[in-house]
Amino acid sequence: MTLDEMPRDRRGVVTALDTRGAERRRLMDLGLLPGVSISAELRSPLGDPTAYEVRGTLVVLRGHQARTVHVELEDR
Amino acid sequence: MGGPGGGTEDLPTPRPRPAQDTHDSHDAAPGCASCALSSGGARLARLGLAPGRHDHVVALAGNPNTGKSTVFNALTGLRQHVGNWSGKTVARAEGGFTYGGARYRIVDLPGTYSLLSTSADEDVARDALLFGRPDVVVVVVDATRLERNLPLVLQIRQITGRVVVALNLVDEARRHGLTVDARHLTRELGVPVVPMAARRNEGIPELLAAIAQVAGTRDAPAPLRLVHKDPALEEAVADLAGRVAGQFPGVPNARWVALRLLEGDPGIEAAVRDGTLGELATPAAPVERAG
Ligand SMILES: Nc1nc2c(ncn2[C@@H]2O[C@H](COP(=O)(O)OP(=O)(O)OP(=O)(O)O)[C@@H](O)[C@H]2O)c(=O)[nH]1
Ligand SMILES: [Mg+2]
Repeated sequence: MTLDEMPRDRRGVVTALDTRGAERRRLMDLGLLPGVSISAELRSPLGDPTAYEVRGTLVVLRGHQARTVHVELEDR
Repeated sequence: MGGPGGGTEDLPTPRPRPAQDTHDSHDAAPGCASCALSSGGARLARLGLAPGRHDHVVALAGNPNTGKSTVFNALTGLRQHVGNWSGKTVARAEGGFTYGGARYRIVDLPGTYSLLSTSADEDVARDALLFGRPDVVVVVVDATRLERNLPLVLQIRQITGRVVVALNLVDEARRHGLTVDARHLTRELGVPVVPMAARRNEGIPELLAAIAQVAGTRDAPAPLRLVHKDPALEEAVADLAGRVAGQFPGVPNARWVALRLLEGDPGIEAAVRDGTLGELATPAAPVERAG
């Protein structure tokens, strides 16, 4: 699934970034790298943008960015 | 340079601190120019705004909310805004101090995650590091979030060897049962790593000694070189780096510049076009003779 579909009460592991160039670079600079654990923390009323916890910090992503981040749910 | 990551916002990051810690949040900024701190004979004198001449320029860089302004206040006696969320510092602030007979100008920068893709605040930090000709870059890192903080250290090590890593917030790391092996990190990074808790003034004398050592050395370590596995890319980088070095003799990191140009980095393209890149070639003092 992609990050925008991840349920609020779960954690996931980033498996791939389906984007190139500057967008990809920015996501990596914010700590979204394959293998990194991530959770959805705060969704704005319409679900966009959403704040995610990654590497100990909250990072805010727009829906179009979250849709490029592939994740695998972690076991509870 | 409107950063390519303009669509991404970094939320204010709350850093909850336990109540017993709040009482010491003021001792790092005494605002007293005559206060002195000694370290092995050398003394710190905080000079506040300190206009006028200086021997060395120190830049304070690091991720948001790592304690850069707290370090700045401890060294200058000024009261730069310090707070419990990211993005407090949005423009550069300058101050001064003397230590070991030398006069230093120190620049507090906005927090940044990267020198590669930047937002507007982050551009201020990146430009100061690339074109401000600092003699020493102090990278303030959060000891409790090392894996998030180290990428920026590595990026800065790729443009200069004149780096001191201030491993801050060790008090908080301790509380979480974390100890960081600073000597191992020093070996890995090839630059001094100083454990500290800036808000309690712990580690400030050691930081000053490391800054003085790097400021005074004529053979700082060379910038780190990342070698790419793709031979075609390596060839393109080498070719372009040679031309950058020809156009801007003395640029210490032509290879890094070449990689940015190949990525289509708009800020670096502009610096090549308008000649600002040449400022990279002339460090203030002393002249670098990195091998
Ligand atoms: N426990 C502890 N807290 C610290 C230490 N150093 C700084 N802080 C706190 O960390 C928070 C951030 O400090 P700042 O100095 O504003 O951080 P900054 O890096 O300048 O932040 P930006 O300008 O937003 O990038 C403040 O609440 C400080 O009091 C330390 O050594 N230990
Ligand atoms: Mg600050």
